[in-house]
Amino acid sequence: MKWETVIGLEVHAQLNTRSKIFSGASTVFGAPPNSQASAVDIALPGVLPVLNRAAVEKAIRFGLSVGARVNERSIFARKNYFYPDLPKNYQISQYEIPVVSGGSVTVLVGDMEKTVRLTRAHLEEDAGKSLHEDFHGETGIDLNRAGTPLLEIVSEPDMRSSAEAVAYAKALHALVRWIDICDGNMQEGSFRCDANVSVRPTGSSTFGTRCEIKNLNSFRFLERAIDFEVQRQIELIEDGGKVVQETRLYDPDRDETRPMRSKEDAHDYRYFPDPDLLPLAVSPEWLNDVRAKLPELPEAMRERFTRSYAITAYDAGVLTASREVADYFDASASGAAGQVGKLTANWIAGNLSARLNEAGLDITESKVSAQQLRGLVERIADGTISAKIAKDVFDAMWNGDATGADAADKIIESRGLRQISDSGALEQIADQVIAANAQQVADYRGGKEKAFNSLVGQVMKATKGKANPQQVSEILKRKLQ
Amino acid sequence: MFELTLKGLSDALAARKLSSVEATRFYLGRIQALNPTYNCFVTLDEERSLGEAREADNARAAGRAQPLTGIPIAHKDIFCAKGWLSTCGSKMLSNFVSPYDAHIVQRLNEAGVVTIGKTNMDEFAMGSSNETSWYGPVRNPWSADTVPGGSSGGSAAAVAARLAPGATGTDTGGSIRQPAALTGICGLKPTYGLVSRYGMIAFASSLDQAGPMARTAEDLALLMNGMAGFDERDSTSLDRPAEDYTRELGSGIAGLRIGLPSEFFAEGVSPDVAKAIDAAITQYKAFGCEPVEVTLPNMRLSVPVYYVLAPAEASSNLARYDGVRYGYRTPNYRDLDEMYEKTRAEGFGAEVKRRILIGTYVLSHGYYDAYYLTAQKLRRLIAQDFTRAFERCDVIMGPTSPTTAFRLGEKAGDPLQMYLSDIYTIAVNLAGLPGLSIPCGFDGKGLPVGLQIIGNYFREAQMLNVAHQYQLATDWHLRAPPDVEA
Repeated sequence: MKWETVIGLEVHAQLNTRSKIFSGASTVFGAPPNSQASAVDIALPGVLPVLNRAAVEKAIRFGLSVGARVNERSIFARKNYFYPDLPKNYQISQYEIPVVSGGSVTVLVGDMEKTVRLTRAHLEEDAGKSLHEDFHGETGIDLNRAGTPLLEIVSEPDMRSSAEAVAYAKALHALVRWIDICDGNMQEGSFRCDANVSVRPTGSSTFGTRCEIKNLNSFRFLERAIDFEVQRQIELIEDGGKVVQETRLYDPDRDETRPMRSKEDAHDYRYFPDPDLLPLAVSPEWLNDVRAKLPELPEAMRERFTRSYAITAYDAGVLTASREVADYFDASASGAAGQVGKLTANWIAGNLSARLNEAGLDITESKVSAQQLRGLVERIADGTISAKIAKDVFDAMWNGDATGADAADKIIESRGLRQISDSGALEQIADQVIAANAQQVADYRGGKEKAFNSLVGQVMKATKGKANPQQVSEILKRKLQ
Repeated sequence: MFELTLKGLSDALAARKLSSVEATRFYLGRIQALNPTYNCFVTLDEERSLGEAREADNARAAGRAQPLTGIPIAHKDIFCAKGWLSTCGSKMLSNFVSPYDAHIVQRLNEAGVVTIGKTNMDEFAMGSSNETSWYGPVRNPWSADTVPGGSSGGSAAAVAARLAPGATGTDTGGSIRQPAALTGICGLKPTYGLVSRYGMIAFASSLDQAGPMARTAEDLALLMNGMAGFDERDSTSLDRPAEDYTRELGSGIAGLRIGLPSEFFAEGVSPDVAKAIDAAITQYKAFGCEPVEVTLPNMRLSVPVYYVLAPAEASSNLARYDGVRYGYRTPNYRDLDEMYEKTRAEGFGAEVKRRILIGTYVLSHGYYDAYYLTAQKLRRLIAQDFTRAFERCDVIMGPTSPTTAFRLGEKAGDPLQMYLSDIYTIAVNLAGLPGLSIPCGFDGKGLPVGLQIIGNYFREAQMLNVAHQYQLATDWHLRAPPDVEA
C-alpha cells in the first residue's frame, strides 16, 4: 500500500522583549539561576500578573505578517498542571480566543510553492527549568526563564513530507527574525517545534491517528524525527498494529522517537479564563500603528526582486531567507538593469557566501561591501573583466587591497586586468595556437569537441585569462571552419 | 481611650492629647489581657509596633501628620506585610514571612498607621465562622462560646473587643460584612476594583475585595481614604480619580429611595434579626427616606453559583502551595508526587481541601460547561437583577446575615448550613457591588444584629453617609461587649 504523510507543526517562538510577559524581570539568557525571578515569577502568595504590551505588539506583528486576523478581543486562560518548574502550577496561556487567528505561510519546496495554513498564534508564558545535575540526587529549579513570553504558532495539518515541514519551519524561523520578534536561537531554545505526525493510505480523505513529537530544537532533528516516526507508523500498521495517540520524544543519539505519555495519562488542564487578567483588547488604532512600523516582508520582497532585478523565484527565495542577506542584495543591486541583478544574486549565493562561511562572518560583517560588489559586477556585465578574473578581483577586495566603492576598478587598473577586447590581438594569438597544436586541430576537425576546449584553454592561457572566452571561442570556430 | 473611635483617636492625636506610643501601648496591653480568650491575633510584634508609633509621633512633631498618622491598625493575616509572618490562617504558610508589602499595607503605612498585629481568619478566607483557621477559632467578644463569623473574624472580634480601633478585612462572599454583623461593628466591602488585590493572598480572584472594619461609618470612610486607589500591579484595579470617602458625611438623606428586596425578608431570617431590621427601616423612614419594593429574582441562585465559581478559582489559586519554593513541606517523601501529596494533605485543612476538590471537579473536562459556564451566565443574571433594582432605588437594605452569632461547632459539621450564613452577602460579590454592614440592634440573647446597605457601583461615599446618618441618631454602634469593658 502507498502511504501519505500528514504533518502539522506547533512552534514556540520566544518573543525578544526586554522583560517578561507578566512581570518586570529581565529575560536575558544565561544569568545565574534564579537571579531573574521576581516575586511574580516565583509565584509568591498575593502577587498578580500584569501583561507586557511589548509582547502583545510582537504577536500583532506576526499576525499582520502572515495575513492573519488579529482579534480585537482575546482571552488569557489558566492551563492547570503541577510541575516543579511551573511556579503557580498553572500556565497563563490563551485557549478559546487567541490573539491571532488564521493566516498562512508560503514556502518553496524545491521548485514547488507550498502554502501552509495557520490555525492560530497565541501568547503564553514559558516555564522555568529543572536542573538534574549537581544536586546529589535532588532536582534544582531555575526560574529565570519562567514568565518569558512565547508565541505558540499552530499550523494546520497541511504538510505532506519532512521536507515540507522543514521548509515551513525554516520560513517561519526566518520570518520571526525578519520582523524582529524572536532571536531564533535554537540552541538556547528560543525557537522550538512540536510535530504532529500521522500517516494514511494515499488518496484517503480521513486522518490517521497522530503522535506528537515534542521539543525538536533543530531543523535536522525535526526532519529525522518525522522520517523515523513516519516509518515507525507505516511499519506498525503494515504489521497489523494500530498507532496509539501519544506524545513522543525524539532521541538524537539513537535517532528514534520514544513514547513520553499516552492519551490516557494526558492531563486534564482545566482551562478557564484567568480572573487576574482582563480580556486583551487590540484597537484598530493599535493595529494600524503596528502595521505602519512593519518592515517589507519576505514575500513582498521576493516578488519585487523577481520583478525589478530579473532574477528567478528560486534566487529570490534564497536571497530572502534572511533579512540581512536580502538587504545586502537590495543595496548592492539597487537600480540595476540588464544582467546585473542576476549576477549579483549569483555572487552572493556563490563566492560571497563561501567566503563568509570560511571566515565565520555574518553578511553584515562582510569585508566586501554591497557597493563594492556592485562595482565588481558592473565590470563583469560590461565585459571589462571575465568571470574568472573577477574572482581574483573579489579576493583582492576581500583582502582589503583597495578601499572605497570603486575598489574593483582600482584593482583592475593597478593590476592591468582589463579583458583583451582588441580582436586583432586575439586573432593573432589564435593563429599562433592553431599553428602550434596541429594534433588538437585535427582531432577537432575529426569531431572531437573536447579538442576545441583545449584550444580555447591555450588561447586563454596565452592571454593570462584576460580574454573573453566567448570571443575566443567565436574566433577559433571561424578560423577552423 | 476605650471609648474613642478611630476618628476620636485621630482627633486626640492631632490635638496632642495623647501620643501614638501611648495609644499603641494601650491597645497592646488590652491584646495581652484579652487575646488568650478571644484568639483574635496570630502574630504580634510589640517592638515593631511601638517603633512605628514613635515614628508616627516624630512625623507629627515634624508637622508631617496625616489623618491616619499614629493610628494602630490590625491587618487580616491574608495581607502580605514585609517582615511579618503572613499565614492566611493556614499551616501551609505558617512559616511564610513576606518579603513585600501588599498594596493596601504599603498605602496605609504611607498614611502613617501603626501595624498592631496580624489577625486570625478562616484558612485562606474559606469559612463563615473562623473555625477553619490553623490557629484555632476566634471567639466572639459578645459571647465567648459563639463564633465571630468569618472569614475576617479575627479583625472583627479585635475591633469589637477594642483591641484595635480599626482593621483591614477581605470579603469574597461576605467575609467582611458577616463577621461585622455578628460582632456588632461596621464593615465595608467596596466596589470590585477600588482596592488593589496586590499582596492580598488570593482565594477567588474575581470576587475578592479588601475593605475596612471599624466601629463607625465615619471610621470606615477614613480608612477607605487610606486604602483605596489605583494600582498598576493589579490588572483589575480601576484607574479612577482619588475620592474623599468622607465627603458626603453630613448630607441629608430625606427622599433617599431604599430598595427592600422581598427575597431579603423571606423565610430563613430569624425573627430577632427581622425585628431589628424592621426597626432600622422605620428609623430611616423617620429621616424621610422612601421605602421601595424591589425584587432580585435570581438571588436565590447566588449560593450555588458562588460555590461553583469561588472553588473553581480557588482550586487554581491554591495550586502554588506545593512545598517547592516556600511554605510548609512534608518532612518525609520518596519522590515528587509523594512530596506534593503529603505536603498538600498535611498543609491544608478540611474546608480548603473540600473547596479545592469542588473547584477541580467543576473545571474538569466534561463538567466545565454544565458547572462553570452555567454559573458564569447566572452570575450575569444576578448582576442584572441589581442593575434593574437600582433603576428604582438609591440603596438596598436588608439583613447582613440570617441569624446572629451561632455557637462554636454548631455548623462546623454541616457545610451547607454554614454556606447559607452568607446567603444575603454573596450576591453582592457576584455583582461586584459595594456593601456594608452596621449594627442595628440585638437579639434576645444580647447578640448583635447587622443591617446590610448595598449601594450602586462607586457609591461608597453615599452609602457611608446613609450609615453615618443612622449612627448619628442611634447608639447601637457605641455599645461594647460587657465582658471586654475596660
